[in-house]
Amino acid sequence: MSEAPPTPAAAPSGGGASMRLRGLMRKEFLQIMRDPSSIAIAFLMPLVLLLLFGYGVSLDAKNIPIALVVEQPSADTASFTASFQGSRYFRPSRYNDLQQAEAAMMAGRVDAIVVLRQDFERQLQQAGGTPIQLIVNGVDANTARIVMGYVEGAWGTWLQQTARLSGQSFDAPVSLTQRVWFNSELESRNYLVPGLIAVIMTLIGALLTAMVMAREWERGTMEALLVTPLAMREVILGKLLPYFILGMGGLALSVSMAIWLFEVPLRGSLWVLFVASALFLITALGMGLLISTVAKNQFVAGQIAIITTFLPAFLLSGFIFDIGSMPVVVQAITHIVAARYYVAILQTVFLAGDVWSVILPNAGALVVLAAVFLGLTRRNARKRLE
Amino acid sequence: MADASSPRGAALQATSLCKRFRAGGREVQALRDVSFSVKPGIVTGLIGPDGAGKTTLMRLAAGLLMPDQGRIEVLGMDVARQPLQVQGTIGYMPQRFGLYEDLTVQENLDLYADLQGVSPAARSDRYDELLHMAGLAPFTDRLAGKLSGGMKQKLGLACALVRQPPLLMLDEPTVGVDPVSRRELWDIVYRMVEQHGTSVLLSTAYLDEAERCSEVVVLHDGDLLDQGTPDTLREPVRGRTFAVTAADLPKRALQARLARADGVIDALVQGDHVRVVMEDDTPPDLEAVLPEAKQARVEPAPPRFEDAFVDLLKARTQPDETPRSDAAEVPLEPAQSDHVVIEVQDLQRRFGSFYAVRNVSFAVKEGEVFGLLGANGAGKSTTFRMLCGLLPPSGGTLRVAGADLRTAGAEARARIGYMSQKFSLYGNLSVAENLRFFSSAYGLFGRHGAQRIDWALEEFALAPIANSVSAGLSLGYKQRLSLACALMHEPGILFLDEPTSGVDPLARREFWQRIGELAGQGVTIMVTTHFMEEAEYCDRLAIMVAGEILTEGTPADIKAQAQTPEMPEPTMEDAFVELIQAHDKEAEAA
Amino acid sequence: MTSVFRRILALMGKEFLALLKDRRSRFVLIVPPLIQLLVFGYAATFDLKNVPYALFNEDAGYAARDLAAALRGSPSFTEVAQLSHSGEIAPLINSKEALMVVRIGPRFSADLLSGRTAPLQVIVDGRNSNTALLVVNYVRAIVDQFNRDWAEAHGTRLPPAYIETRAWFNPNLESRWFFLPGIVGLLTLLVTLLVTSLSVAREREQGTFDQLLVTPMRPVEILIGKALPGFIIGIVEASLIVAATVFWFGVPLMGSLLTLYVGVLLFLLSAVGVGLMISSLAVTQQQGMLGAFFFMVPAIILSGFATPIANMPWLIQQLTLLNPMRYFLVVLRGVFLEGTPFQLLIPQLWPMAAIGLVALATAAWLFRHRMY
Repeated sequence: MSEAPPTPAAAPSGGGASMRLRGLMRKEFLQIMRDPSSIAIAFLMPLVLLLLFGYGVSLDAKNIPIALVVEQPSADTASFTASFQGSRYFRPSRYNDLQQAEAAMMAGRVDAIVVLRQDFERQLQQAGGTPIQLIVNGVDANTARIVMGYVEGAWGTWLQQTARLSGQSFDAPVSLTQRVWFNSELESRNYLVPGLIAVIMTLIGALLTAMVMAREWERGTMEALLVTPLAMREVILGKLLPYFILGMGGLALSVSMAIWLFEVPLRGSLWVLFVASALFLITALGMGLLISTVAKNQFVAGQIAIITTFLPAFLLSGFIFDIGSMPVVVQAITHIVAARYYVAILQTVFLAGDVWSVILPNAGALVVLAAVFLGLTRRNARKRLE
Repeated sequence: MADASSPRGAALQATSLCKRFRAGGREVQALRDVSFSVKPGIVTGLIGPDGAGKTTLMRLAAGLLMPDQGRIEVLGMDVARQPLQVQGTIGYMPQRFGLYEDLTVQENLDLYADLQGVSPAARSDRYDELLHMAGLAPFTDRLAGKLSGGMKQKLGLACALVRQPPLLMLDEPTVGVDPVSRRELWDIVYRMVEQHGTSVLLSTAYLDEAERCSEVVVLHDGDLLDQGTPDTLREPVRGRTFAVTAADLPKRALQARLARADGVIDALVQGDHVRVVMEDDTPPDLEAVLPEAKQARVEPAPPRFEDAFVDLLKARTQPDETPRSDAAEVPLEPAQSDHVVIEVQDLQRRFGSFYAVRNVSFAVKEGEVFGLLGANGAGKSTTFRMLCGLLPPSGGTLRVAGADLRTAGAEARARIGYMSQKFSLYGNLSVAENLRFFSSAYGLFGRHGAQRIDWALEEFALAPIANSVSAGLSLGYKQRLSLACALMHEPGILFLDEPTSGVDPLARREFWQRIGELAGQGVTIMVTTHFMEEAEYCDRLAIMVAGEILTEGTPADIKAQAQTPEMPEPTMEDAFVELIQAHDKEAEAA
Repeated sequence: MTSVFRRILALMGKEFLALLKDRRSRFVLIVPPLIQLLVFGYAATFDLKNVPYALFNEDAGYAARDLAAALRGSPSFTEVAQLSHSGEIAPLINSKEALMVVRIGPRFSADLLSGRTAPLQVIVDGRNSNTALLVVNYVRAIVDQFNRDWAEAHGTRLPPAYIETRAWFNPNLESRWFFLPGIVGLLTLLVTLLVTSLSVAREREQGTFDQLLVTPMRPVEILIGKALPGFIIGIVEASLIVAATVFWFGVPLMGSLLTLYVGVLLFLLSAVGVGLMISSLAVTQQQGMLGAFFFMVPAIILSGFATPIANMPWLIQQLTLLNPMRYFLVVLRGVFLEGTPFQLLIPQLWPMAAIGLVALATAAWLFRHRMY
């Protein structure tokens, strides 16, 4: 449809194009209001997903069941084990010998075993020091690492106490002090919730739009639309604008929940958040519309949308898994995943603030992707049935 | 071919149109070198069965498809070059009417007025006019999805007319709509032509609607068969059509005999006589065909468009494409007994507050052909589904072969055959695979199963296409396959839900022929249809409207109810319209 | 009785034909699982590699150089910048160019040599708190090693106790070993659900289900005929992914295959049951697909697939008891990595069987009672 601007014949009255667009948008809004599934995807789904993730998913291990095996109790072993009792990270239980503890680990009742051997007391006085054995269940490598970190923390605390009591100093040559910026409590919710907003916006933008376009094809209403003086760009715009507004509504809901329900700090400014989200939403809508030029029924549209937008937004956006640690090929692929740029902006605006050196390049990438998707849609969308 | 040199100022001019599609790896020639013109200011009918290429042609004319070859001009504009201008000028109603079912009547009108650029000032007058014309004025706030089929059709038409177009294109506007609504639609179309000089191109699969058009374009299998006025199209069969009556023969037996007689092209039950089309103008030799019928008479009959169409089709069809016709003789003695096999009392089915079926009662005797007539949404299929045990009734009782199929065991279900709407078969399985599956599902294995599959392949002439994927078959073949599957286990009762919708007239004739034979063998047959003329094949029938049975009886009885001095010989459709109008009057009075 | 079997066999054969002849279902069976296997196998990892960090070394001493070399030598870290004043730290972290800045103070070597504790500061970007936590742990391990080496070389006094860590079942703590057995469960669930959740809905939409119900086949026969293809496809899919996990990704299979397959079968029983239940509720394929999607997302999130169930709040933990995935993941990881014997897995096996039987019974009931 390169030629043919709307002709005088097509639009007898003055503001033909704007009247057509207004008509299309009014229709779309009425349909959204009357179709519970659109409302559900735009508002109910963010609610459910955020609640599920906000409350259900946490990488912060707490109350880890741990076995303490003390082969020969003494004052020193007592002071050591005491440092585990008070910790909110551990739920320790005592075992008398290693075999029992190992059986408990096999049966999944404990995730780690700390063993203080018989000669613990004696070796403590010797030059080389005494080993504290830590056996972790390595199946869940991530949790295992976290457990190891926590145990070392407990060990360090105990060392200092012992030092203070004995008046000796056995400070390590180098002591590590850590400062975690932006999320000093290391709350995983603080990064999961902003990341989830990207997944939700992908679903609203791409899945919903692809499905409602496919619905028009399936029900035969697209045929009726195409035989009106509507230009294809008006058809695209007539879908884009209403779902853009719906998506921004879903965004407002998600952001409110993030701030007030999950108490994720918003350190950047709200307007940056909304402008970036608007950009991402346009990109997602562009993907949805592009899918709909290929998939003319809801089943196929849904499948393609899930595989090409939802899964990448989940796995390849840096939302959960660190992109830098992925193989090079996979890293290259993430560059065409729009959610990647949006997740970077979201995590920065929420937790760090208006850091322009992050926001601008990522926003730029979103603009490029939006232009590409919309451009391809415009090129592929024919005002035809073939 | 019709003159391609075109009269000047044609509303639509198609020249050597070709269009191919790829469907499931197969190339389908939807249109083959089609040329015709639509004269301004009259109604032109585009007539042909499903799959003839009507919709493709309509879409080409509307700029929704591009022709592979040839060109099409609408109101002097080349559609391929100026699609937007064409679309800004014409009125077009797609199949299924193009309505947004979740918008109200008013909102649908507003949308199309916006899209067509109708100025706000002009709207209220235009809306008033359209809504009154369509009889929708009281329902402006109702969702389009909640309208009856007839009302949807009129709303779709109103939307296409929202800006008075010089050319109106309607794609199968009358499909599945009751006869009253069909007549109303035609009234609106005629009014547009008379008052505004609108040119109309209307496609339909109902052959009788050809008679209502000023000009007719006949399509079949992508070919243009003929074009002209209904009169000129009827001309070839003039003098070759006769009405045969034989009071001492059952009409189905009479029809079967005549259909197989020499020189007969078509034989069709019509009221109390059988209509016959001959190869030439010699009437059928009754002495030879019906030696035992003493009261047989033959009279010349006026030709109809359908006669001409069948004549055209027969001339095109190769003899080996049709199933063998020397099938079992339809016995002269009716096989009916007084044994009631289907009995329905006060049957009801409610969906929420809506009654899909209300107080329906009837009884069907063994060996009878019983028809349920009505428009889409009248409750025929719901009644059927309850009879077959697919849907629990909300009230009333029903018995099929002495059992309620919903609770009865597998043995009871083994006695019935069921052929659903749309010929539901496994589309991506081949013909043979479908047959094999259904024979196993009915517990026919080993040699017996193989025998039945061979029988089906031969009896229904499916052997040449046994390995074709069934989704790619023509509708006529799908219908045959579907019936073959339903007959696999030689059931005593056969349920047929809309068995002939969309298939071409030859396939319909062949189908009813077979039903006649089955009934002759004592099979009880229950059938639904929205083709009024098919009611003639039934022994008895019930007409359903809005979930209720309006009337019940033999075809002759029902037509007799509608007899008036002005209409001494009403057709089934006349009777239907008459009865509904009487019913509505009664309802108003009450 | 034999005719019952042959009818079921015929229905099963038809299901397979219909499924494998359809381009769309072939696509659904092959492409999404393959993509997900690759993406999960390669992308889903909590192990850090090449974490970009900047070094802010204010000390010219050799001790500082040694420590910097230790950092540089770790495959987990990549040095992207060397800073010269503290003002450079914030922009670098803010812009995500570096995830961490390691600051070695000016008196670092001097402190060390004089026997005082030398402080080492790390500043970590906490926007992804899990990564931050891991980064700190990685650095701590490097520092610990440095301390031990230093003490040995200089004969300084060491703490009286040290930790000796051993990780069972996954000695190198590779998170791929953790995710891949889980993917067997994830993809088996995905494929089985898609196959079964559409099987009845598709027939309903096309009208063939009515045709099926009027044949003498009983609902139970239809149920079995519809369930078995799901089973068989599920087993094939599971076997392929198990093979890929073991032979392509090199995850060890410690336990017995028999135990594994008992788990697979019982899990399939529940997955097929849930799928058929969704399918009998759905009128269109559309609804079937949405239903499967809305079952699958929580089923995966709340299964312990990526995050431990133990970290969830009590109420949600109770909810996961209804999730067959939860049990299957324990079986998979147990058999794969721990070599858990059969009897220890019985508490995981019977709930899957129970969920499966209840779901299948419900589906059979729905066949005849959900009809419009």
